[in-house]
Amino acid sequence: MQIRISNSDGIPIYRQIVNQVKYLVAAGRLTAGDQLLPVRSLAEQLVVNPNTVARAYRELESSGVITSRQGSGAFVSVNGSPLAKSEKRKLLQDRVDLLLAEADSLDVDVATVVKLVRDRSRSLKSE
Amino acid sequence: MSEVIVEFDRLSRSFGKEQALSDVTLRFERGLVHGLVGENGAGKTTLIRHILGLLKAKQGSVRVFQFDPVRYPKEVLGRIGYLSEDRDLPDWMTVVQLMRYSQAFYGGWDETFAEQLRDQFELDPMQQIKKLSRGQRARAGLLMALAHRPDLLILDEPSSGLDPVVRRDILSAIIRSVADEGRTVLFSSHLLEEVQRVADRVVLLHHGRVGLNGPLPEILLEHIRLVLRFDVPQQTQPDLPGVISWQGAGREWTVLCNGGVEELRTAASNCGAQIVDEGTPTLDEIFLARASS
Repeated sequence: MQIRISNSDGIPIYRQIVNQVKYLVAAGRLTAGDQLLPVRSLAEQLVVNPNTVARAYRELESSGVITSRQGSGAFVSVNGSPLAKSEKRKLLQDRVDLLLAEADSLDVDVATVVKLVRDRSRSLKSE
Repeated sequence: MSEVIVEFDRLSRSFGKEQALSDVTLRFERGLVHGLVGENGAGKTTLIRHILGLLKAKQGSVRVFQFDPVRYPKEVLGRIGYLSEDRDLPDWMTVVQLMRYSQAFYGGWDETFAEQLRDQFELDPMQQIKKLSRGQRARAGLLMALAHRPDLLILDEPSSGLDPVVRRDILSAIIRSVADEGRTVLFSSHLLEEVQRVADRVVLLHHGRVGLNGPLPEILLEHIRLVLRFDVPQQTQPDLPGVISWQGAGREWTVLCNGGVEELRTAASNCGAQIVDEGTPTLDEIFLARASS
């Protein structure tokens, strides 16, 4: 489980951990039944506060991504996949939002952007 | 309600004409890392000296483990580990002499833990304190602050002038202290990146007053950085509600604001501006914005 903490913006660390674990699940790099590092080990590895890691795990548990079993640690949930799908969408959605904002400030309309996306997809596939 | 370890109630302090602390009311709770930030001279060290009983509360009160630290120094100091910026250590002793000396002083000294730290920090027991490098001196100070397993660990600008490896040791010590049986940490620093990394709560002192005091994630999420683009160039800072600081010229301005984005958005569009970028500022940016406002 590779997680990187960035200090270059103000996104709270617990959120960075939540987002990255969700991303790892969505990308299939963590699968159902995989065990997450214990709170203390992850805190020491990332050099962050253990309370922060505990908070991230609580959020991941309440959103159903992980299940914690008393005494044996936290595991990726079996029903992680439907969530993975919506997470995939959300990841792309953030990118699309950026693309649209950029297009707007360059005065390029949505139809042109959509056409560009199709063209690029075609040319990438043919490579 | 969690246990209160340190409590300041309307503490004020002046040195001559200089007002060092004004009406400070704060609580530090058990098991949390409290980051204390502020410019030089904002009152951080004065606050810490009150916890250690080195200064007596003249106006207001200070309680540490529910004791007055000036009247009950033994009850208070025996449970505190303290590392200061100047790392005041007896130069003439060797590392092992200093360890034995501290062991005699602190009831709760854990010999095995002390030895483990000495080994981990690669401190030569026969080396004289005077001859230690800056980083090794800081590690020796850290060992002395940790080995009696204090309930409250106080670090006053521990990282200043140290290389990243030693700074990492200090941060790891903070993390381990909290992970072990929920000890409490008070950590003052001007390296806000470090504070952002390890603090649960942040107190910002500004000219001796409490400027901000709250959980770090909430402080970060409450502040927003926006880039505004105006239809016409602005000669002076535009007048918009909720803005803490402005930066820019002409058509593009960056603002840092505290919540109320919707209100700001409306106000901005009313004066012919649109939001072209939005982001969460770092603690450093928030600190600078507040210090200059």
